[in-house]
Amino acid sequence: MGDVFKALADPTRRAILDELVARDGQTLFEICSRLGTKHRMGSTRQAISQHLDVLEDAGLITTRRDGRYKFHYINPKPLRGIVNRWLMKEA
Amino acid sequence: MRIKTTSVLVDDQDKALKFYTDVLGFQKKTEIPLGEHRWLTVTSPEEPDGVELLLEPDDHPAAKPFKEALVADGIPFASFAVEDIWGEFARIRELGVRFTQEPADMGMVKTAVFDDTCGNLIQIVQLREAAKAQGS
Repeated sequence: MGDVFKALADPTRRAILDELVARDGQTLFEICSRLGTKHRMGSTRQAISQHLDVLEDAGLITTRRDGRYKFHYINPKPLRGIVNRWLMKEA
Repeated sequence: MRIKTTSVLVDDQDKALKFYTDVLGFQKKTEIPLGEHRWLTVTSPEEPDGVELLLEPDDHPAAKPFKEALVADGIPFASFAVEDIWGEFARIRELGVRFTQEPADMGMVKTAVFDDTCGNLIQIVQLREAAKAQGS
């Protein structure tokens, strides 16, 4: 399992998570379109694919094959560990 | 020089003609027997003399893995313009069309992506001018 903090320490990867919050379950093409048009991030498809691998490795996204298509979903579970570690005592 | 024809690689010309006419609403323009296949094109009723879309057989051995790889990553093979993307989305989804991307704002345009049932994903695009005209 990759490091959650390392995975979050990149603006492109954070933008990917933002876009998956806007709509969960996206193809690589949709993610690339959103980053290119809404965030003006001119990363190559290959670079974005690698960012997705880092996010998946850290457990922050999951991928599911549905027939011939592959979709990406956000998984906020690892972030709960961060919240529990520093914010729970406030409550 | 001008662009007269563009093409999509289809796995079955009859099925493709049905989908591109009955579902998408294009019209058959030319049908010329050509060996085991046909030179088969459709145009938009909005532009009957506009660019023709050739429904081209995909039987070259390289075509299938190429198409499958594009589909897996959600990448459309062709892109068509629409006036009202939410209207078109509702209309053709009602006809059983599978979308891999529902309409989404992409800066200057709104786009959506669907499966043409012939091995391709197709993108529809609404320009912002059209969005303004309909007041959305």
